[in-house]
Amino acid sequence: MLKFLTRSRGFKRFDWTDWLSYLYLSVGLFTMFAPILWLVMSSLKTESALSQFPPTFLPYTQKTVQVAGFDKPLPLFMTRDDQGVQRPMAQVRRIGIMATMVDPARPEAPIQVNINDRKPVNELKFAFANYTELFGKFNFGLYLWNSVFITVVATLLTLLINSMAAFALSKYKFQGQKTVFVLIIATLMIPPTIVLVPVFLVINSVGLLNSLWGVILPAIATPTGVFLLRQYMLTIPDELLEAARMDNASEWRIYWKIVLPLSAPALAVLAIFSVMWRWNDFLLPLIVLSRSEFFTLQLALNSFQGELNTQWNYLLAMTVITLVPITLVFAFLQKYITTGIASAGVK
Amino acid sequence: MAHLELSRVVKRFDETTILHGIDLRVEDGEFIVFVGPSGCGKSTLLRVISGLESPTAGDILIDGVNVNAVSAAHRGCAMVFQSYALYPHMTVYDNMAFGLENLGEDKAEIQAKVASAAAQLRLQELLQRKPTQLSGGQRQRVAIGRAIVRQPKLFLFDEPLSNLDAELRVSMRSELRELHARLQATMVYVTHDQVEAMTLADRIVVLRAGKIEQVGTPLALYNQPANEFVAGFIGSPRMNFIPAELLRQSAPALVQPAHSHTVGLRPEHVLVNDSGPLSYQVQQVEQMGSTSLMRGTLCSNMPNTAPGNEQTHFEVVCQGQTAVQPGQTVRLSMPPAALHFFDEHGLRLQELNT
Repeated sequence: MLKFLTRSRGFKRFDWTDWLSYLYLSVGLFTMFAPILWLVMSSLKTESALSQFPPTFLPYTQKTVQVAGFDKPLPLFMTRDDQGVQRPMAQVRRIGIMATMVDPARPEAPIQVNINDRKPVNELKFAFANYTELFGKFNFGLYLWNSVFITVVATLLTLLINSMAAFALSKYKFQGQKTVFVLIIATLMIPPTIVLVPVFLVINSVGLLNSLWGVILPAIATPTGVFLLRQYMLTIPDELLEAARMDNASEWRIYWKIVLPLSAPALAVLAIFSVMWRWNDFLLPLIVLSRSEFFTLQLALNSFQGELNTQWNYLLAMTVITLVPITLVFAFLQKYITTGIASAGVK
Repeated sequence: MAHLELSRVVKRFDETTILHGIDLRVEDGEFIVFVGPSGCGKSTLLRVISGLESPTAGDILIDGVNVNAVSAAHRGCAMVFQSYALYPHMTVYDNMAFGLENLGEDKAEIQAKVASAAAQLRLQELLQRKPTQLSGGQRQRVAIGRAIVRQPKLFLFDEPLSNLDAELRVSMRSELRELHARLQATMVYVTHDQVEAMTLADRIVVLRAGKIEQVGTPLALYNQPANEFVAGFIGSPRMNFIPAELLRQSAPALVQPAHSHTVGLRPEHVLVNDSGPLSYQVQQVEQMGSTSLMRGTLCSNMPNTAPGNEQTHFEVVCQGQTAVQPGQTVRLSMPPAALHFFDEHGLRLQELNT
């Protein structure tokens, strides 16, 4: 590991270019990864720890002690008396700047302490309850199911529709083939937000509002996907299709048995992209799905942000959960993404 | 088994005419080879027969039935491609079974047919391999196997041996011959290699620029080429062409037809002979052991201004090994029967003795 991390440009000693690249990489790693790390750490903090100022990186919470005669555990402070002797004491109640505190060992003798003379005793504690409570508190399972359903179905349909379009555009010669292709590519220039209102009107008029299909159907045909697959399919030799034609294969069988399996690398890339797009999609679900039983995780996240009160600890925990699938997809398939993009783009 | 008939087949791509009205009849069980330089339209002609391209004009008849409107799949042809075109994601077995599966035959029958084709081509060991795990020759055999499992009426080969190395090409050539003898099927074979054409064909079709130059058995083409192009194309090394004028000057005793313009003489028919009429300046000698090839120019005793006085390149093949050294000048003679006479349009003139 250390050997890997201190690899240099082939010289025995570190060259200045090595320093420069490591600096660049560290800065990049920090800017990319620090917010994620902060998010994960914060998701493990209790609500009170989140509102603490200055914020801490690690999830510290105030230590509490069970004192005889009190029902609830009391927060523990380190107090300093007139002689400067430090003692851990539990706070019973606080009025203004004076707090009533007891020694946990002798709960029968409470004393008054100025709040400037005490410091909270913190301990490192991971609030996994943020995660466990999430499942009981909200309809998390339903949101997850909605998200998964939309992602999986939309991805499968995207692959099917786009590969069919790409097959036609790359392997058939017909009048207006170039025009169609250019038109499809041209739609890349239109930002999705611009067509949001027309899309909404169409979804509304076909009665797909508040239906998961209303999110799936508008998104399945993507110019990026068509382009990616077409470029890849151009590299499949025509002779293979001709051989299949001589082998009595129907055009559908040529597509299904020859072209699709051979485009697997490009399909993998598109699948990964599509999963990321659909999973992270927010705007379209937001306008199409307004009833909470159809919410996706992203919408549920948004709904946590109440007008008056936001439960940040749950919000953060849920954010982490929504990040996990996409991170896993990326971590395991990134090899295909890079090779797929390279092969689909260059050739 | 089927016979094939082409009548006035024309193929145009936009403005370019590739085939200028091809007429041809291929008999049952015949092995016919299309040969010609690259760009002569031989592959296009094969694709028109297969149905992968449709003719701009003219008719294609298989067994007397016009198949112009029949798709490639339903013509009953099988094709072997230059690049083999094996499906890379399927095993050898699946490659061979694909066509039968498309016809909806049942599993047991497919298995039997593939097994028998694999046995004929010695592919049994390789059935579960992917094409990428095979050598060139094995891929070639799989491609042929894929063609024969369907027992087609007509086999079409599009330069199938051109991706193989020389040694493998020779052995595949004899395997193809053997296959043809066994199947007795009609085969159409495209190549640019005239050696392949000579060794495989029952009849050769020589094409140039979309026109048929000559059709005939290999020996007919060798012995009686219809024109200068065929004469130059068939035979290796190439036939020598000498201006008729030069021969009239050097060998006045030789009788030539009236309109003789060019005289063709195959290198292997020339003899080195001290009393020969032609004087020959040798520039290179290639000793092959069994034969020797000399390259050089003919020296003429014509005045410099006379037409046809350009240095005439000339090759001579001698049996066995020769003592002639580069730079030497020798005299050549030739049997009159070995001479081919062509008029100014390159067309063959009848021999004097016939």
